[in-house]
Amino acid sequence: MEKQRKTYHTNLMICAGTGCVSCGSFGVRDALIEEIEKQNLSHEVLVATTGCNGFCAAGPLLVSYPDGVFYQKLQVEDVPFFVEEYLLKGRIAKKHLFVRPEDKEAIPAINDIGFFSNQLLVTLRNRGLVDPEIIDDYIARDGYMAAEKALNEMTPEEIIREVTEAGIRGRGGGGFPTGLKWKFCAGASGDQKYILCNADEGDPGAFMDRSILEADPHAVLEGMIIGAKAIGAHQGYIYVRAEYPLAIERLETAIAQAEEYGLLGDDILGSGFDLKIELYHGAGAFVCGEETALMLSIQGQRGMPRPRPPFPAHKGLWNLPTVLNNVETWANIPQIIFRGSEWFNSLGTEKSTGTKVFALTGCVNNIGLIEVPMGVSLRSIVYDVGGGIPGKRRKLKAVQVGGPSGGCIPESLIDTPVDFESIVKTGAIVGSGGMVVMDDTSCMVDVAKFFLEFTVEESCGKCTPCREGTQQMLHILDRITLGKGRPEDIDILLKLSAMIKSASLCGLGQTAPNPVETTIKYFRAEYEAHIFEKRCPAKKCKALLKFEVVPELCKKCGLCFKACPSNAITWVKKTVAVIDVDKCTQCMNCYAVCKFDSII
Amino acid sequence: MAKLKIEDLRKIKESKKGTLNLREGVYRAKVTVHMGTCGIAAGARTIMNTLITAIGENETDDVILTSSGCAGLCSQEPMMTVEVKDLSPVKYVYLDEEKTKKIFREHVIGGKPVAEYALSMGSETTY
Repeated sequence: MEKQRKTYHTNLMICAGTGCVSCGSFGVRDALIEEIEKQNLSHEVLVATTGCNGFCAAGPLLVSYPDGVFYQKLQVEDVPFFVEEYLLKGRIAKKHLFVRPEDKEAIPAINDIGFFSNQLLVTLRNRGLVDPEIIDDYIARDGYMAAEKALNEMTPEEIIREVTEAGIRGRGGGGFPTGLKWKFCAGASGDQKYILCNADEGDPGAFMDRSILEADPHAVLEGMIIGAKAIGAHQGYIYVRAEYPLAIERLETAIAQAEEYGLLGDDILGSGFDLKIELYHGAGAFVCGEETALMLSIQGQRGMPRPRPPFPAHKGLWNLPTVLNNVETWANIPQIIFRGSEWFNSLGTEKSTGTKVFALTGCVNNIGLIEVPMGVSLRSIVYDVGGGIPGKRRKLKAVQVGGPSGGCIPESLIDTPVDFESIVKTGAIVGSGGMVVMDDTSCMVDVAKFFLEFTVEESCGKCTPCREGTQQMLHILDRITLGKGRPEDIDILLKLSAMIKSASLCGLGQTAPNPVETTIKYFRAEYEAHIFEKRCPAKKCKALLKFEVVPELCKKCGLCFKACPSNAITWVKKTVAVIDVDKCTQCMNCYAVCKFDSII
Repeated sequence: MAKLKIEDLRKIKESKKGTLNLREGVYRAKVTVHMGTCGIAAGARTIMNTLITAIGENETDDVILTSSGCAGLCSQEPMMTVEVKDLSPVKYVYLDEEKTKKIFREHVIGGKPVAEYALSMGSETTY
């Protein structure tokens, strides 16, 4: 390694997050290495793998340094040309550049692409710059310096004070002040304490924790070392779901490397402090992301929440004092200790400090993993980072924030700053950071139903309000989408929501009605159209779809006739098309092809 | 591997500095070898290799090396441009191994342009 570093003039960093790996980035890497060898460039060019770059929709991705050129959608068959053009001839391979959707201009430099330049990386600071499987890369970026500082220069009280003053709040969804949690646990009596990392990320569409673990596993380990010193724990567990094989593999590698270097185990960095960290594979139950359920699961029991208090800080894993933090929270800790609480405080808003990682998905041009300071507006996330809504005729309708525990924020509130308080005011929650952008083709009743279906499936069944209540709500939503909604349904839904929220045992039930409540709050008219007019304005609920041609708008082109697979449309040249409702299968083909919006 | 002490952390960090500087875009000097078809035909590859070896031998970690396409003066290849921070960029022409070594020693490391091999000074900054 000592020798290699002197010789490479170019580093090709291939993204090896799960997204790019599934698009074949390992194949591209191998092909690159082979081709580079063939061209006798292997002593000049280093091919390295990194964690998730963030621009997941355009994978497999490659960033070349020192030029900082961003290449997307590389396939194995493109490799020979790429090597010849870029590495041999020194020209930028235009075919794989990012093209700005607005003006179709190709942008070579990664820092000029809005998706990247509008982000602020703290948690993800190492993404794309280090190989997550090489501990030296992490150390080179000041890795384990914070742990060293915490272990050798700081007392537990000082660590807790620093974290408290930084104002960091739990990134897993609750938003509870991390420093306070540690203080409770540090003050609890008992010699045996535990430090846990919650990597049981289960929200549909969320992949923040997975990406952090895949891109920078050592940051999480370092955070846990600091936390362990603060509360006096010598045993840690990372509860990671078995569905994250790549994250597990990288964590295992990271733990083995850290142990080899003496950064985990006995007498860490000569400080006399011991900490052992083990992985615990979760089987994928959503409720196990709840802290008390997670702890029962580690104990080998069925994962079900229990009433609190006693809080885990006093009685947690095996009834001993325990601190549990989410992956993203842990990954922030080394930065806070290394750069100080004042620096961290300068980011974000007064009550929500720092940055937040979001998984941006749905109807948005740039889909991927992003990190922005707390307090930026939703508009900035959707338009500046996300690059806006694809499709000229489509309009932004709502942004779903916080997954099944969150809610839909309508277009009218798009200037809401994204911080813990402001998002809660809208009825949603920041949650773990899933963000689904929806355009005007999304039916809000259908969206609420989708998330509720998820919670009904994942409810552990221990407490009645959550088990039965959500089921009843789902029945009602089902019937509304089938055109059998009753006038009183909206009121019943709201009543059930209030009851479930106040009476459920854990966060799962307490937040499960949020998607329904917020969609009723902001899109009541849409519910009413379903119930009273038996009509789905977004054309999503199949049972309510009846298509007809508006004769005044029809240009008699026959496109709908050609598109219909079930011969439900009659049309002859120069006449208005007619749809036979009985034959229609609601496939929407005619609706999609009509250029004049004459089918309604 | 023995267990690390604080000094070892610093040592590892130091040994990786070159690679990281390159990825983070932190550098004192940037050398661009013009590698269009003309450049390659005239021996730009040798120039590149000479520079790679020189950087290795000097254990320099704040110089980055990059290639670019034809600079438009095909008859004077091989060429390279040396950009030392806070100094005007200098284009060198008709290079060979010996000239390159000298330029590396005196200009890239020493900060003093080698006027006898230079074509022009003060054009085309890339940073």
